[in-house]
Amino acid sequence: MTLLRVDGASKRFGSLVAIDNVSLIVEPGELRAIIGPNGAGKTTFFNLISGLFAPTTGSIQFEGEDITARAPDERVRRGMARTFQITEIFPDLSVADNIRVGVEAAAGHRLRPWLAGEARAAVANRVAELLRLGGLADKASVRAGALSHGDQRATEIMMSLALKPRLLMLDEPTAGMGDQETYDIARLIRRLHQQERLTIMLIEHDMRVVFNLADRIMVLAEGRVLAEGAPQEIADSERVQAAYLGKAAA
Amino acid sequence: MPFWMNAIGGYTELATRIVVMGLAAMSLNFLLGFTGVLSFGHAAYFGLGAYGAAMAIKYLGVGSIPAILLGVVVATIAAMIIGALIVKLRGVYFAMVTIAFGQVFYFIAFRWNAVTGGDDGLTGWHRLPINFGFAEFDIYQNDRAFYYFALVIFAICVGAMALLLNSPFGRSLIAIRENERRARFLGVPIEFHVWLSFVISCLFVSAAGALYALLNNFTDPRALRVDLSGNLVIMAVLGGMRSFWGPLVGAAIFVALQDYVSSQTQNWMSVIGLVFVLVVRFFPRGVLGMLRGARA
Repeated sequence: MTLLRVDGASKRFGSLVAIDNVSLIVEPGELRAIIGPNGAGKTTFFNLISGLFAPTTGSIQFEGEDITARAPDERVRRGMARTFQITEIFPDLSVADNIRVGVEAAAGHRLRPWLAGEARAAVANRVAELLRLGGLADKASVRAGALSHGDQRATEIMMSLALKPRLLMLDEPTAGMGDQETYDIARLIRRLHQQERLTIMLIEHDMRVVFNLADRIMVLAEGRVLAEGAPQEIADSERVQAAYLGKAAA
Repeated sequence: MPFWMNAIGGYTELATRIVVMGLAAMSLNFLLGFTGVLSFGHAAYFGLGAYGAAMAIKYLGVGSIPAILLGVVVATIAAMIIGALIVKLRGVYFAMVTIAFGQVFYFIAFRWNAVTGGDDGLTGWHRLPINFGFAEFDIYQNDRAFYYFALVIFAICVGAMALLLNSPFGRSLIAIRENERRARFLGVPIEFHVWLSFVISCLFVSAAGALYALLNNFTDPRALRVDLSGNLVIMAVLGGMRSFWGPLVGAAIFVALQDYVSSQTQNWMSVIGLVFVLVVRFFPRGVLGMLRGARA
């Protein structure tokens, strides 16, 4: 079954058309990159899918159900998780507690006034597992606000993974990172995609990352779909080169 | 007299007042410090607890414990209804609307002479000794007995709040305080959790209000008025709203200062205001935050 289906979505802010009749289908297991120049509407498109804004027109289906009018937290409970372009974490909580909130939410514990031994141990194990996966094990008790930028990004990705999502949406995960950090994050994304068969949507400016990881690429420009296809098709497309890649390479 | 009151030269009733106001400030802080939502209307629920308990004793003739429970139930139901109306608002809008709803109850108590005693307050009743069947605990005649009674209720309420804050539910509230958007995108239904936190906070503040009425054998509309709401916020901030016990420390300073300074001058509020400004300016994490910082 198709995981995500966006039909003719548009978003207007006053007279500005941020997203103009964009449609998209994401199949389970796919890694879909969304690229485009600044201001192309990539993040707005993520916001429509994740429910931060409602689309002006068009519809969004997740696992065959229409979620266009659903609240963001309900979409999360149905299996969507996302990160933000500007890192959103809980700065005054420890790294472990940042992740724990996600683990407890995913386990349906969020209203529990206490946790019995077994459930508690399961949560602790899962938190430890995610800390290891994100390379954060030695920083578990550090205040998240005191982490380096790269570790904060990793924390946010681990919080999203804690939700056991069926669709993970990453908004520029390598933004502001050095080469080594970028490499680490790219390797993590590849691992999630190839070993855990996680479906991932990725907004990314680093073309090395995009062309290394993506199964399919969608190019947005001025709120419209400029091109869509396998990485090779996109790289060969003259339209894309003219609008985007040429400028980026220069 | 409780032993710690000797040290600062107080008397039993002052100790009880500190315990009661400490409970009220800690209850407010459940919402303010641990959910990140500012209410300037908590006096409404404090006062509803006070009037509920007082009227239960006066008109229904029930014992002290059922009276407290009745006050708490009435206030909690009011909080559930009002909370549902205002929970979508945030920040200063939320605070403003809590004031407005708070003043509604103040004016009802102020105007409805026949039932509430109006401006003169509700008199002609007093707290009743607690009868366990096999033994009687005279909290009416014996101030110290009432102090311990208040302390037990304080311990139950504070214990329940500590348990909640250390649970997954409590973590979800702190997550909302830290970053509402992130919490929402971890699947936390923000409005529902804020509503629940508001109701829990009001429930415990109303227990403090009921105790306060019993302490004074009296209640009047000032127990519902906005300046009490403001005082509770001052206590929480003064003691340190990021720490669990901070508001208790703040309440102790506030109530003790009020007691000592008001016997010297009418303008005791100026002294408290000065202390508040100095603490906020130099120790933004409050008195307890300052002490903890010095130790670390």
